[in-house]
Amino acid sequence: MPDPLLSIRNLRIEATVHAPGEPSREVVIVDDVSLSLDRGKVMGLIGESGAGKSTIGLSALAYGRGGIRLTGGTITLNNREIRLADAATLRSLRGREVTYVAQSAAAAFNPAKRLMEQVIEATLHHGLMSREAAEARAIDLFRTLSLPDPETIGQRYPHQVSGGQLQRAMTAMALCPKPDLVIFDEPTTALDVTTQIDVLAAIKTAIAQTGVAALYITHDLAVVAQVSDEIMVLRHGKMVEHGTVQQIIEAPRQDYTRALISVRSIEHTEKPPSAQPLLVVQNVSARYGAMAKDVLSNVSVQVHPGQTLALVGESGSGKSTMARVITGLLPLRAGQITFDGRTLPRALKDRPREDLRQIQMIYQMADVAMNPRQTVATIIGRPLEFYFGLRGAERDARVQELLDAIELGKGYGERYPAELSGGQKQRVCIARALAAKPKLILCDEVTSALDPLVADGILKLLLDLQAREGVAYLFITHDIATVRAIADSIAVMYQGRVQRYGAKSDVLAPPFDDYTDLLLSSVPEMQIGWLERTLATRRMESAGN
Amino acid sequence: MKGVPLSALFGLIVTGLFFGMAALAPWIAPYGMSEIVGDVWEPASGQFWLGTDNIGRDLLTRMIYGGRNTIFVASMATALSFCLGAFLGFTAAVYGGWVDQLLARGNDLVMSIPTLISALVVLSVMPVTLPVLIVVMGLLDSTRVFRLSRAVAVDINVMDFVEAARLRGEGQSWVIFREILPNALSPLVAELGLRFIFAILFISTLSFLGLGIQPPAADWGAIVKENREGIVYGIPAALVPAVAIVTLSIAVNLVADWALTRTTSLKGGRGA
Repeated sequence: MPDPLLSIRNLRIEATVHAPGEPSREVVIVDDVSLSLDRGKVMGLIGESGAGKSTIGLSALAYGRGGIRLTGGTITLNNREIRLADAATLRSLRGREVTYVAQSAAAAFNPAKRLMEQVIEATLHHGLMSREAAEARAIDLFRTLSLPDPETIGQRYPHQVSGGQLQRAMTAMALCPKPDLVIFDEPTTALDVTTQIDVLAAIKTAIAQTGVAALYITHDLAVVAQVSDEIMVLRHGKMVEHGTVQQIIEAPRQDYTRALISVRSIEHTEKPPSAQPLLVVQNVSARYGAMAKDVLSNVSVQVHPGQTLALVGESGSGKSTMARVITGLLPLRAGQITFDGRTLPRALKDRPREDLRQIQMIYQMADVAMNPRQTVATIIGRPLEFYFGLRGAERDARVQELLDAIELGKGYGERYPAELSGGQKQRVCIARALAAKPKLILCDEVTSALDPLVADGILKLLLDLQAREGVAYLFITHDIATVRAIADSIAVMYQGRVQRYGAKSDVLAPPFDDYTDLLLSSVPEMQIGWLERTLATRRMESAGN
Repeated sequence: MKGVPLSALFGLIVTGLFFGMAALAPWIAPYGMSEIVGDVWEPASGQFWLGTDNIGRDLLTRMIYGGRNTIFVASMATALSFCLGAFLGFTAAVYGGWVDQLLARGNDLVMSIPTLISALVVLSVMPVTLPVLIVVMGLLDSTRVFRLSRAVAVDINVMDFVEAARLRGEGQSWVIFREILPNALSPLVAELGLRFIFAILFISTLSFLGLGIQPPAADWGAIVKENREGIVYGIPAALVPAVAIVTLSIAVNLVADWALTRTTSLKGGRGA
């Protein structure tokens, strides 16, 4: 048997944490991880944030981000130990034998240079090909990655192509020097599902045609199942399980892996609509500033008391604008919004305090939705003070009640947001919304920034609270799995219009219109071969092309 | 005071020394402020630690009383400029629209005239008293603070937590003082250290030009002015205030740096 291309033995990675106000301390980020990768094979590294998957990926370049040190074990690439290699050796290896595809292509490309210049840069730098040969290879790769106008797209600047195209251009950049190994670090995570599927297909084709080996890092098991041969599950910097794709998905051996696979399996039976809707959005149109085009055009939906309406669509479809219009942050241009039987004033400043109390909002990024200089008790207590005039002990008691409701115990009231984890932050935001005793909560992508297991917890909490408090949700998301878990009715949005609207069972049942079909079929499923089947059967091209 | 870095400790001690001397001037100064106690420009000795000035007054006494005036005027002017500048800057950022335009363009107008020239013009028509000096310096300096606080607040104003406060129905004063101010503190503290020193230089300049603190009251700028001829004869009296200003600048900024690292901590500045 030939030696593997990449072999990592007992890797240990440490970093020094300088937390403000505390003495610096050492933390172990990756502990005793071993893996080996043969030529032409793809290994998926999967885990939640903080699992050390990106750190391990970068260690194949013998690189540690900001203060991270590779302190133990061996990393062997092409029969050469590289963990302790000197800078010159590493320079000759990076961008030549191993290349890297980053998560956010938009941030990784230099906006001032043309794509072609950047795609062939490493190849020319290492003197691997002449400029003409490199450009020809780049154009070939553009074609393989099914980028439009492969001959000329290299002459564009990064802002002149879409996010999905940019991600593919980055893949071309990584493949151009004919490396032995490519590290894909969450290459499709920042993309819409409908775009993700195309990028995924392009990456898979390119890997197959060039015969390169790859480490594919992601937190989405369904995605990694489409492109890899093997999967390694990581948690807290340790290996949990390692096996072939088939074995991991069909016969996981560890509880943690099983939890990852069964994630988003919340059952939610839809409730029938009531006679009296809580919120009626009628023929609403809205636009930003002096734009000539409506962002929302002629939208009509209803939310029933104690129920959930999910707004689904890709970015730019007008979902979040809808929330802004309902809150009055963006006054509507035409149409009418009725809440609890009365017409809501168009603009926020004209609304009475009672209306403001009844409609609360939870944001996608819990970090920036809370004032970093207020304690949790202040954050949750302020609405109590503001709407109900609660003070002192009464207020503290109610804050504690709310903290219990969101399953955070005692002592959390004194913490600052920076001292909470992502899921806890989102829980505090939920408590803040609940404190106002609203009838409607607008949830804007509240689980998108969270790891699957944490997001699951949040969804369960939201469902619990709905059952207990009878609050209605307008749930904005791009994730169909979340919709299945939580919605009673669904509105599918596309380019500012409601494409399809009705009870959950109706919307998710065929016959579909073309867009809904594309959206639904683009959600990765945890099956081997899903990608090929879906691409073969779909009817509409996604907008990312 | 555990965990205070050495540099900050040094800064704190020196700043405290200067402010203490300023506050206790009448009790610690060895002689009367305008008492003539020796010959002209006597060298430093056991009797006159820093020597005497151009008409035979004790220089150390003059320095202590001068520091009292200089530090008092500079502190008051800085406080005024920060209260006014930060408040108007936040207001402009939070209200936006024509309020912002009016304040910001008005500010540009004042800033387009060099500070020293505006101060000279105003002070030449007004009676030069301490309150007038403080108000003039404070107003002129507040234009700089306005710029900074507006720029900082515009960024904070678009954060989700400010939007959340607006959606709750909070008034502008809650938004300004509770949501924006605590988050704008770090750059303002950094600016505070610098501004205070600039204020000291400014009042010294005015006094040197004869439009600041009026004789016989002492002031660091005035001491330079009174003793400047001495430099030609190798008398260092005029340089003593310069040394004092440098020392105080460094000390104040060491303290400001330390305060900065504390306020930058997202744990609400309660660390260390």
